[in-house]
Amino acid sequence: MTMGSTSSDQQQKQLLSKIATNHGHGEDSSYFDGWKAYDNNPFHPIQNPNGVIQMGLAENQLGFDLIEDWMRRNPQASICTAEGVKEFKDTAIFQDYHGLLAFRQAVAKFMGKVRGVTFDANRIVMGGGSTGANEMLTFCLADPGDAFLIPSPYYPAFDRDLRWRTGVQLLPVVCESSNDFKITKDALEVAYQKAQEANINVKGVMITNPSNPLGTILDRETLQSIVSFINEKNIHLVCDEIYAATVFDEPKFISIAEIIEGDDTCNRDLIHIAYSLSKDMGFPGFRVGIVYSYNDEVVNCARKMSSFGLVSTQTQHMIASLLSDDMFVERFITENANRLAKRYKIITGELRKVGIGCLKSNAGLFCWMDLRKLLKEPTVEAEMELWRVIIHDVKLNVSAGSSFHCSEPGWFRVCFANMDDETMKVALKRIQNFAIRRKPFRSNLRLSFSARRMDEAIMSPCIMSPRSPLVSART
Amino acid sequence: MAIEIEQPSVGLSRVAVSETHGEDSPYFAGWKAYDENPYDEVKNPSGVIQMGLAENQVSFDLLEEYLEQNLESSTWGNGNSSFRENALFQDYHGLKAFSKAMASFMEQIRGGRAKFDPNRIVLTAGATAANELLTFILADPGDALLVPTPYYPGFDRDLRWRTGVKIVPVHCNSTNNFQVTPEALEDAYSKAQAMNIKVRGLLITNPSNPLGATIQRSVLEEILEFVTRKNIHLVSDEIYSGSVFSSSEFTSIAEILEVQKYRNAERVHIVYSLSKDLGLPGFRVGTIYSYNDQVVTTARRMSSFSLVSSQTQNLLASMLSDSKFTENYIRTNRERLRKRYELIIEGLRKAGIECLKGNGGLFCWMNLSPFLDKPTREGELDLWNSIVQEVKLNISPGSSCHCSEPGWFRVCFANMSEQTLEIALKRINDFMEKRKRSWLLFSNL
Repeated sequence: MTMGSTSSDQQQKQLLSKIATNHGHGEDSSYFDGWKAYDNNPFHPIQNPNGVIQMGLAENQLGFDLIEDWMRRNPQASICTAEGVKEFKDTAIFQDYHGLLAFRQAVAKFMGKVRGVTFDANRIVMGGGSTGANEMLTFCLADPGDAFLIPSPYYPAFDRDLRWRTGVQLLPVVCESSNDFKITKDALEVAYQKAQEANINVKGVMITNPSNPLGTILDRETLQSIVSFINEKNIHLVCDEIYAATVFDEPKFISIAEIIEGDDTCNRDLIHIAYSLSKDMGFPGFRVGIVYSYNDEVVNCARKMSSFGLVSTQTQHMIASLLSDDMFVERFITENANRLAKRYKIITGELRKVGIGCLKSNAGLFCWMDLRKLLKEPTVEAEMELWRVIIHDVKLNVSAGSSFHCSEPGWFRVCFANMDDETMKVALKRIQNFAIRRKPFRSNLRLSFSARRMDEAIMSPCIMSPRSPLVSART
Repeated sequence: MAIEIEQPSVGLSRVAVSETHGEDSPYFAGWKAYDENPYDEVKNPSGVIQMGLAENQVSFDLLEEYLEQNLESSTWGNGNSSFRENALFQDYHGLKAFSKAMASFMEQIRGGRAKFDPNRIVLTAGATAANELLTFILADPGDALLVPTPYYPGFDRDLRWRTGVKIVPVHCNSTNNFQVTPEALEDAYSKAQAMNIKVRGLLITNPSNPLGATIQRSVLEEILEFVTRKNIHLVSDEIYSGSVFSSSEFTSIAEILEVQKYRNAERVHIVYSLSKDLGLPGFRVGTIYSYNDQVVTTARRMSSFSLVSSQTQNLLASMLSDSKFTENYIRTNRERLRKRYELIIEGLRKAGIECLKGNGGLFCWMNLSPFLDKPTREGELDLWNSIVQEVKLNISPGSSCHCSEPGWFRVCFANMSEQTLEIALKRINDFMEKRKRSWLLFSNL
């Protein structure tokens, strides 16, 4: 594909910007090695039954039959059908960055249904997927060199989305398994102090709720304590609620919107929500990113910036139609949650059978699997070694905790909503066989656990979830 | 009693509080006048006619006809991807069928005089995103791109706002029909050097907005020679390439590179979009075509922030790979735009107004410099104000396009019906008649 004269790479590099030639795109991270293994040898039930099963992709494929059925019954939602083509011209010409009113209203209504709070359609701003929305918020709130505090473990691509072109830094707020990775005021203060000492200007806190990769939601106390922290420091709070409608079990989801509604002391100018339809609806291809800010200046600025990532009006038109159908939306939200709950039960149940625990979670498209006792030693290198075994021998692309900046080695994110039931069964079988074969290395565990004796596995307390009092007494 | 301590309003970023978004320019005051009093044939016949919007509405019937005849192939199923596959598709390489279709559409527009490799196509949400993206890749904050004047006002935002890159203008004037000259290029480059600013590239728009004219082959060759000598990039925004009235009059930089067997091509990048030629600005379909492998790779990664909706890619893949349709569309669209252009030129000439000789685009470059009270920017804005308020036409003053000569205005003609255009021309004619009479009166006092 190389055209033109062959100049040296070095000379080439100098011709491009620093942003273009640094590693800010993030694709050199190990996160992507598993993808490469999958791309080179993808599982197919018939054509390639020994291929790598993709469990590193947080996609929601469980609700498409409901949506496709709706599409068939509502052809006017598409501007390429006989019923919808009369809207083609007006839709194709419309490039106003406010977005179609019907689109904004439908999205606001949908967000409201999921959270039990009212959202103002005039605060809805479009972004190029949540990737574009998160970057856009960062451009609005922080200057190059400024920093956002971000609880770890966190979504790997934030390193690119929030930092690459913005020049903003990310400082982790370390969360640990000893308290189920909750975000504590202490951890926030520690991170903030570290930044002060290093002369780094902290502009805000970035949280993802429900969490990726944990799949847990923030409880009211934690949210309130974060709100009081940011008010005290007078810094921004960005809440990425992209998984809001994937909450499939108690406790109920609490949006930051709900917290500030009941709080007169919070400075609303500090509160911003990033959202998208990529996970809740399963529409990553449609690039529907949303910025919702309680700060008028940010709404205005973000709206102007959204010119760089507007949602195709063809898609706006369809979404407006789909999400304004109350009956469909209500049914979808419920059914989506049911199906996710079912998957979660199956996967955690089967893992438990072979002594593998997961963090107790109630949301997201994945579970946070605990393989600490299978590590040779509690190090990142050992985690990588185990990961390579899982990818190349067990042939599952799961995501290693270190790629999420998890401070404790041995955790892995396993996606479960991006495949059909049969593939899920195959994947679970593989994990179970692997767990049986691989002895736990950690000799400091109280019980010596013979991995080959499956019935004993169920009795052993060391396989209980990390919340087991026995485990916490030991650590 | 609680003591109220006033909280300092927490800062936003410098980018957020700057005015580089450009919306405070007078360019937008005309829009305001239109928004507050928009013309409607029936409901508001004395309202402001929008002639500041470079939209192509003359060929929609062709698109609608295509859709009506190909309903099934534009939607899901029937050989195309299913809804599910489409909804999940977020690969920044783009739908293969769509990249292929874009490449062949771009080839057709250029009469087959240049080949485009689908693997070099990077998709972005509109040319707005494409131009910004390229700037992020080619220049560091504080560096500059050279841009010939007059230029599209949106560049001030697209190239500079979030990137921190500067624009150094290459001044063109009416003595040679506003063509770019080697002297003007050198002059701009030296000016940048004197200010200690590093020039990373030159961005040209061909055909030009706002001039509505193509860049001549000889000028393109001079430009290529200049950027090679300075070792900088060349971005050619060819967003209006399908709107040139006669195919033979447009020379794409791609053609010149092909003739030169792609020597020095890796400094050249082409921007394109379907917003103007196909009249689909709402769909956000832009593309970067680069001859530089590293730029292609990096641009593709960066496009994650502004991908084209897979739903839209799916629709357009079938439309643009139907070569019978695209050939007919390109030919008919050119013809209709040419007719519109002739209509407006004739109408303006009758009113005593001359325009730059144009051969493409959705607008003409009107010369009102003989009618300015003062040959200054203020004089131009005064006249513009009269046109917006009294004549009730929103046209774009040359100063908003950074034109160095006052008195020129960009007038769009493809975003309205023929009837509306006739009415606009009548209003201009009446305005000019009135001015002539009052000038005669004044000169007879």
